[in-house]
Amino acid sequence: MKVSMERAALLKAVSQAQSVVERRNTIPILANVLIEAEGDTGQFRATDLDIEVVDKAPAQVERAGATTVSAVTLHEIVRKLPDGALVTLTDDSATGRLTVEAGRSNFSLATLPKEDFPVMASSEYASNFSIKAAALRRLFDKSKFAISTEETRYYLNGVYMHVSEAADGRVLRCVATDGHRLARIDTDLPAGAEDMPGVIVPRKTVGELRKLLDDDDMDIAVSVSETKVRFATPDITLTSKVIDGTFPDYTRVIPQANTKRLEVDASEFAKAVDRVSTVSSERSRAVKLQLDEDRLILSVNAPDSGAAEEELAVAYGDERLEIGFNAKYLLEIASQVDRENAVFMFNSAGDPTLMREGSDESAVYVVMPMRV
Amino acid sequence: MPALCRDCLTPFDTEPRCPSCRSRRVVRHDELWDLSIAHMDCDAFYASVEKRDNPALGDKPVIIGGGRRGVVSTACYVARIKGVRSAMPMFQALKLCPDAVIIKPRMQLYAEISRAIRDMMEALTPAVEPLSLDEAFLDLSGTAKLHGHPPAVMLSGLVKRMRDELGITGSIGLSHNKFLAKVASDLDKPFGFAVIGKGETQAFLREKPVRMIWGVGAATQSALDRAGIRTFDDLLRWELRDLTARFGSMGTRLYHLARGEDARRVSSRNPVKSISNETTFHEDTADPDILDGHLWRMAEKVADRAKAKDLAGRVVVLKLKTAKFSLITRRHALRDPTQIADRIYREARALFDQLDQREAYRLLGVGLSDLCSADEADRAPDLLDPDAARRSEAERATDRIRARFGPDAILKGRALR
Repeated sequence: MKVSMERAALLKAVSQAQSVVERRNTIPILANVLIEAEGDTGQFRATDLDIEVVDKAPAQVERAGATTVSAVTLHEIVRKLPDGALVTLTDDSATGRLTVEAGRSNFSLATLPKEDFPVMASSEYASNFSIKAAALRRLFDKSKFAISTEETRYYLNGVYMHVSEAADGRVLRCVATDGHRLARIDTDLPAGAEDMPGVIVPRKTVGELRKLLDDDDMDIAVSVSETKVRFATPDITLTSKVIDGTFPDYTRVIPQANTKRLEVDASEFAKAVDRVSTVSSERSRAVKLQLDEDRLILSVNAPDSGAAEEELAVAYGDERLEIGFNAKYLLEIASQVDRENAVFMFNSAGDPTLMREGSDESAVYVVMPMRV
Repeated sequence: MPALCRDCLTPFDTEPRCPSCRSRRVVRHDELWDLSIAHMDCDAFYASVEKRDNPALGDKPVIIGGGRRGVVSTACYVARIKGVRSAMPMFQALKLCPDAVIIKPRMQLYAEISRAIRDMMEALTPAVEPLSLDEAFLDLSGTAKLHGHPPAVMLSGLVKRMRDELGITGSIGLSHNKFLAKVASDLDKPFGFAVIGKGETQAFLREKPVRMIWGVGAATQSALDRAGIRTFDDLLRWELRDLTARFGSMGTRLYHLARGEDARRVSSRNPVKSISNETTFHEDTADPDILDGHLWRMAEKVADRAKAKDLAGRVVVLKLKTAKFSLITRRHALRDPTQIADRIYREARALFDQLDQREAYRLLGVGLSDLCSADEADRAPDLLDPDAARRSEAERATDRIRARFGPDAILKGRALR
């Protein structure tokens, strides 16, 4: 194999590959990226056995072929090369080395045979549809903060992507929860997605997917089966196993009958929560919200370290209410609001609270209060 | 050389016997009047209590422990002659000493006696640090003026009083720090009084094996073996930096201990670090129903103890020992700390369900660690388990009933499995 590529194109492809491979590997081949050169493209494939990413980039192929080298080392080399350099990769099967040449730099890397590289079995996808990158990005960006890291409830370690019934028709919906807060984000159902099976997309896949979604108008081809999900742009294909488990019935967790309504400027609210929680040294910092006619008092009382209080002008017209929350959870849901005011719907100090942006029902958050 | 009669507590100087009562029970040491850190260790405590209450047991080998399948918690000195040691599996102890009388521990009684001993110790100094029911560190620094006698006299008086008033004997180790005091109390058992002075510390430690350090177990021992460290002399050849690099904080500690240095204070307020309970079964079992019953009972015991101390834990620990004696521990950190048996049980159960293989076990334990105040616990209910709040309310109500009508007044069906 002998192939030449522009440094920027090579860096992009290799950096995607190296972020998929696991840092600590017991199986050497899994640390490698499979490089295949044919026609006028170089193809880079990396996997951790759960996720597989394939990147294509334009290349001048002098001699077609394939080999594997350490993804991390190749990435480091390419990153350190000067911008605009032309990089030539030459595979010498006699010595088992891959030569990387750019200008006066010359590297020789150990390779492993391409036959050893595990290629993810292709599967039948029950559903194929296309969706704009911007819409897909919103689904995952707004829900991923609520993904659980708890290993005992592994089925919460991802975003549940499925088709659901909303007030005005069927939607493509993403839900994530860790048992303390929950995010439910909807978008219009793309054509072809109607029969999509619900899948739990793992946390790592959500992170890798994000790198495909920077260009708002890009069409992302999505394929879903019971066991796998695939996201593809013209250059990059990301295939991932999904979490084998049942996502809990989240619908009964979302309060329907909360009546006490608070409307507040989300960023002012977040800043105030952040300020008052400074005095608490507890690991889970609890903030108390005292609501009265158009007035919200945020307070923290930490016997060992101090106390803080701040008042905000808000829209609130119901009876007095005192309710406590974990400051971190309040901050995280408040930071999801970017256009309008945050609207909180309370019931009592012991019941889940609902938050949404203005009257927008397509992004709903639930947070559990804590005793203060 | 300063000397002290252990029978009539008379201090004297050169005579071989006590000049006042002619006793030969004498402790003699150059630094006897200067040392003030002590370790008191009762002699075969549980067994002594049983022998005291049942004189017929006097010369018989007595083993305190649970059932045929349990382990020895205490063996009396007669049984020890046959080779029985504490923590030995009961079947092995019975092989060594088939005529032993086995007695189930009466913890409540031992705790009462322990409390009485503790009161006696606290009359000498507020700096009493109990390690368990039957041993404690005491720091008597600066009490000589108050009592009118040096620490050695008061300590000698303490064990004499324990023997006369409670019928329990203990041994005293007196030195200049905790580590050496603990080592010393073991030198002259039973009813002993051993002293390790500053001047002789280095010479005393030299050839001693490092495994005599409290906290050096089998694992540390084998790591030390690999580094060629067996005795304190071996340790002296190492630089502080190298020991720390190789063994972490344990290395730093070893470096100082090898030089007879131990800066830890005797503190009556050593916080509890974890709460755990475990049980060894009568026979190995792989039956999930039986194991589930044990899980619940252990979780409930742990919760009871946490509630009694107003503590809660951030980490739930499950411990299992397989029929082949391999130990499995699994832990899970909670977002919201707990002291509720129902939550401890469910977390432990989830850990149990995640174990790869189902096999027969001989021991099961449940614990709470990373403790915090109960005020910080059980504050954030689980969104996905809306019934949890009601279950913990029910548990609190059950606790009130048990507090009023006794621990067996109300039980979960699960507890009977």
